[in-house]
Amino acid sequence: MADIRVQAGPFDLGREMDRFEAAVSGAGAVVSFTGLVRDEGGRLEAMEIEHYPGMTERAVAAIAAEAERRWRLAGCLVVHRHGRLGPGERIMMVATAAPHRADAFAAAEFLMDYLKSRAPFWKKEHGASGKAWVAARDADEDALRRW
Amino acid sequence: MIDVLYFAWVRERIGVPKERVETEAPTVAALVEELRAREERYAMAFADLAAIRVAVDQELAGFDAPLAGAREVAFFPPMTGG
Repeated sequence: MADIRVQAGPFDLGREMDRFEAAVSGAGAVVSFTGLVRDEGGRLEAMEIEHYPGMTERAVAAIAAEAERRWRLAGCLVVHRHGRLGPGERIMMVATAAPHRADAFAAAEFLMDYLKSRAPFWKKEHGASGKAWVAARDADEDALRRW
Repeated sequence: MIDVLYFAWVRERIGVPKERVETEAPTVAALVEELRAREERYAMAFADLAAIRVAVDQELAGFDAPLAGAREVAFFPPMTGG
């Protein structure tokens, strides 16, 4: 039921949402989240996103399946980019559809919390002062405990 | 023979994204010990195992996971998706 895409190229948010809404049936609520590359006050030149082809799709599908098991959903969509992205570019999006909004909101948050630390993506920041891998935050791990 | 994959800074420290390794190691931990004994770059990459995550055949696993029948093992830092 989940639509999952891992891609290098950009995506059109409006078109994704139109298509998602048209594809789900029985939905009364649609929630979406979009993640952007922060410009870090102008210090960031690019964000490089590495992933583990094969495992990424499996891990995201497993996370989406778990969301569909926990909440009454009419569908969910995950689009996540990899490669080199500039400040302000969209990194990823999730959308969830449900008969009622509480399920759609909760499932979207769940998907985001798990995509952050259980999907095999790694971010590297390129700035004027050099390059550095983004470290995982304890808060991201803590966020999983609430589920 | 097993395919060993490295990602992010683990890949950079070891210098290759993937290699085939001839091993009889029964567990991930035993494989890590074999790799560490090979060359300094492996010892450096695997200096702090608390900073490394493991996947066996594309599923997250622990260092104690058995390797019998496994085709692919990956080592990488904690993930930063989203």
